[in-house]
Amino acid sequence: MKKTIFFGALAVAGLAAGIVSAGTLDDVKARGKLNCGVSTGVPGFAQPDANGVWQGFDIAVCRAVAAAVLNDSDAIEFVPTTGKTRFTSLASGEIDMLARNTTWTMSRDVDLKFEFIGVNYYDGQGFMVKASTGITSAKSPDIDGVTVCIQTGTTTELNLADHFRSIGMSYEPLPVESGAEAVTQYMAGACDMFTTDRSALAARRANMETPEDHVLLPEIISKEPLGPLVRHGDNDWADVVRWTLNALITAEELGVTSANIEEMAKGTNNPEMNRLLGSEGNLGEMLNLDADWAKRAISVAGNYGEIFEANIGSGTIIGLARGVNAMWTDGGLIYSPPFR
Amino acid sequence: MAKNNAAFVRHQLIEEQAPPITERGVVKWVRENLFSSPFNVIMTLLSLWVIYSIIAGVAPWFINGVWNANSVRDCYDILDGATGACFAVLKERFPQLIYGFKYPSTEYWRPNTAVILLLFALAPILFRKLPRKFLLFSLIYPFLAYWLIWGGTPLVPVVAFLGFVIGIYCFRRFSANAFALGAIIGVIAANIFWVLGGYVVDANETFLALQAVPSRDMGGFMLNILLGTIAVALSIPLGILLALGRKSNMPIIKWICVLFIEFIRGVPLITLLFVANVILAFFLPPETSIDLILRVIVMMTFFNAAYIAEVVRGGLAALPSGQYEAANSLGLDYSKSMRFIILPQALKISIPGIVNTCVGMLKDTTLVSIISMFDLVGMIRGPILSSTSWNGVYWELFGAAATIFFVVCFSVSKYSQWLERQLETSNR
Amino acid sequence: MSTSISSERETFRLSMLLNDKRYRSYTFQAFALFVLICVVAYLGKNLVENLAAAGLNISYGFLGEASGYDINQRLIEYSSQSSHLRAAFVGILNTLLVAFLGCITATILGITAGILRLSNNWIVAKLMSIYVEIFRNVPVLIWILIINSIFLAVLPQPRAFKGENPEASMLWDMFAFTGRGIYAPKPLFLEGSVVVVGTFILSILAIFALRRYARHKLYSEGRLINTLWPSLALFVIPTVLIFYALGSPIGLEYPELKGFNFKGGIYARGGLISLWFALSIYTGAFIAEVVRAGILSVNEGQTEAAAALGLRPNFVMNLVVLPQALRVIVPPLISFYLNITKNSSLALAVGYMDITGTLGGITLNQTGRAIEAILLLMLFYLIISLGISAIMNIYNRSIMLKER
Repeated sequence: MKKTIFFGALAVAGLAAGIVSAGTLDDVKARGKLNCGVSTGVPGFAQPDANGVWQGFDIAVCRAVAAAVLNDSDAIEFVPTTGKTRFTSLASGEIDMLARNTTWTMSRDVDLKFEFIGVNYYDGQGFMVKASTGITSAKSPDIDGVTVCIQTGTTTELNLADHFRSIGMSYEPLPVESGAEAVTQYMAGACDMFTTDRSALAARRANMETPEDHVLLPEIISKEPLGPLVRHGDNDWADVVRWTLNALITAEELGVTSANIEEMAKGTNNPEMNRLLGSEGNLGEMLNLDADWAKRAISVAGNYGEIFEANIGSGTIIGLARGVNAMWTDGGLIYSPPFR
Repeated sequence: MAKNNAAFVRHQLIEEQAPPITERGVVKWVRENLFSSPFNVIMTLLSLWVIYSIIAGVAPWFINGVWNANSVRDCYDILDGATGACFAVLKERFPQLIYGFKYPSTEYWRPNTAVILLLFALAPILFRKLPRKFLLFSLIYPFLAYWLIWGGTPLVPVVAFLGFVIGIYCFRRFSANAFALGAIIGVIAANIFWVLGGYVVDANETFLALQAVPSRDMGGFMLNILLGTIAVALSIPLGILLALGRKSNMPIIKWICVLFIEFIRGVPLITLLFVANVILAFFLPPETSIDLILRVIVMMTFFNAAYIAEVVRGGLAALPSGQYEAANSLGLDYSKSMRFIILPQALKISIPGIVNTCVGMLKDTTLVSIISMFDLVGMIRGPILSSTSWNGVYWELFGAAATIFFVVCFSVSKYSQWLERQLETSNR
Repeated sequence: MSTSISSERETFRLSMLLNDKRYRSYTFQAFALFVLICVVAYLGKNLVENLAAAGLNISYGFLGEASGYDINQRLIEYSSQSSHLRAAFVGILNTLLVAFLGCITATILGITAGILRLSNNWIVAKLMSIYVEIFRNVPVLIWILIINSIFLAVLPQPRAFKGENPEASMLWDMFAFTGRGIYAPKPLFLEGSVVVVGTFILSILAIFALRRYARHKLYSEGRLINTLWPSLALFVIPTVLIFYALGSPIGLEYPELKGFNFKGGIYARGGLISLWFALSIYTGAFIAEVVRAGILSVNEGQTEAAAALGLRPNFVMNLVVLPQALRVIVPPLISFYLNITKNSSLALAVGYMDITGTLGGITLNQTGRAIEAILLLMLFYLIISLGISAIMNIYNRSIMLKER
């Protein structure tokens, strides 16, 4: 770290060596740290706790990748990014991966040259209103002229404009920089309605003093597949991140949990589980990692389901149901290609 | 003998009387200062009303303030419907407000020491009466502060410092004959030393090492002070150079300086911070990764330097041209006449302006909260306000932030006014 | 003698480029230029390489595409189907609007506070110096946030105006002060309104002509003509007569509470109001200091001389002190106006869509064209700053000339 601060004065002196860019995977290994872009604070998804340790559903993905690559789930530099900086930080190489409620859209994938390595949460944009307004639907004619708080720098602005255009009603957008501020404005009455991803709405509502005074409207006006992303063109690195996420999902499917993983890793009758945990086959080698990579990734905080329950599941204050984010075997959309 | 013809002449002095009640003491003061004319009466009553309504509004809120609670809900429970502040958030999150949420709590003494030493380091620069020897400490201070704040082995700043010493020594030694030769030799010597020192440092990473704290872990008001101090310290020399360049009679140098100054002064700081945060990486070689804090410092230095350059230019322009002519007629060359005649006088004139600019810089460091750095304002707007327990505690936090800034900036500007008076008397 | 000169000319050595004062400046300049070109070329090369590596390009084509987002406060027609360029224009106008309003109120506030600070009235002077010190020494960003939250907390929300027994009511049924902004009646220009407006402009011109004539009389014949009442009459009577003669062609559209918000009328959003207020009150504190310094810089003899002439205190201030103090006040005032314009970029903290919020905010986020958007943004501010300082310098020069 001291090298970075010294770089300006001493680059010439060789005290600060630039990182040789051979590929992100090699960079990360050489650096011994994973630079992971996260949001500046969404309860349940990415938020520093009172001790300054980042916690959350998105953070767990970063930690799993760090554990798989570096064998240390704390060898991460969490780089807080805003809606404005997240893509340029990734494009310019400041961060190795972005795990920050980012919606997978075609233009981001194709035009901005990013690679979404999968979806870790299927979300949709929803609305929250105060119960006292008596609104029950985001399509009712009562909402004409409503003031809506939106968090800027997201797809929500565009979806909102489209939604009101399609129902032919007027509205007043009130753009706010961060989710926390949007809630403050909504609570203070600066807007009647607050819109963002439904998961975040649930999280914010759970945080409120009297959650029962606020209702989530049933309409979901967009598809928001949220997932981690990396730069285009570095397929080796994209594979590492993609299959780390897939390993977490497969672990849930196969019933590998943080509790039984040590036992399972000794070898079982299930060949896929053995391939996943490295007791059989050479999947780790294919990724330029060792055989235990997936085992380490899963041992950090457990499988996908455990991470979900621990951070945003029904047992937590945020209390999200699995819904479409259940395993495909339970009728949800969470699905991983096979480990073979 | 002579008969007193006058009807009445007092023979002894009347005893001195106390002035009428309306012409003395509190009454006189009140009458003259507060109620001297109808307009003044109205103004006084209006002011009293303003003061009353502010106090009536704030006092219950302040007095009922809750200092012990675990969350904002606890606060509401304790207040039980009464108006009152929830100062508990300040108590619980005080370390976060000051040091950010990642600076290791066992190491808080280090930034504290650095700030206290800063006062000592500034003293000889600001108070001319102190012995000149103390200036040596001011020279060492940046390196010491670096070690204290960032940690790691003290060899890094020591090597850097010695490199500068060697470079300057070589420059002094050789520049007597030729300025350029001296400068080149100085730079080369310093660099050789740094390269060699680099090996020594690499071999002794743990020598006397403090726990290393990366720049990203800095936060809170400490980050504001850090950014402000470094940007100010770097921008003053740069600003003076720019001002001299702008007054130079070499057209190319002059135009480069003019363009730089006018460009920087023409755009808001926030756009420069966007550049630092968003697009600067595109202009640097792909393999480098310069820390965000360093990029921000560079931009803030440029920003402040452009403003300081204008202040110093004012000082240079205010100097009578006789001074320039006198220096020339003594046969002093450009650098000597600037160093010994012009700059000391010009800087003396511009000190209040420079201090104002620097206070402005310290205040502007709050803008980094917009580019996702967790300074004092960033801590409040980000982690604290979005945390489950303190959601919606708005006034207390911003009030505290405003108070902290007020105390620091007010003392600095009061000090500058004092300095101004000191310099004024010494001029006469 | 002549030989020595010619020999000196001929013996130009390369070392003279470094050591001879006459040539050294050329060496320096060439070197500086060389370094500058190298730095620019280096940065340019990196940019091209980095963009190529990331597969991106520099293109301003996005400006023509539909923006897809809505903007609440706007001075020109705009919808989510308009282009990003139009969104940028909406932002530019919003920046100019808040800067313009801010400059006016900050000047009024600053001059008032600066004069009152020198008042004999102790309590007023103290109050003003507290105002100045408190606002000068706290970052403007904090003020914007605090004032925004005060605004939200103190003023009632539109729903408070609802119902049989509303908690809040409109002022004269025309103005509604809500936490979301201020609603005011909007003039409706019907047929014939051009005549009324034309008359109004003409009567204003007539007032100016009258004053000019009065001044001319005063200077040439020493006759003082009272212009106050004729001016007032000119201001009001013709316009009112024409207005009623044409059957009230200008109406007012009153804001009305419909659903969640008021409809109709002029609506200044909370973001605009709080940004405007915060910028004015913050910059006003600085202007107050400058005004005070300017007044103090006027020689006391001037005040005494004016008093000896029998001028009343407010005439002393208006006719003698202030005009002289302006000389000191105007140059820093220009830079404060520039500061207001630049500080208005903090609008994004309160959700006011200025140019930083549209072009440098949502457009940048949605298109990902960071380099293009930020360069355009800087260009805009640069043009504004240089423009304002050019205009102000002209004005500055004009009052300087008069003074001599």
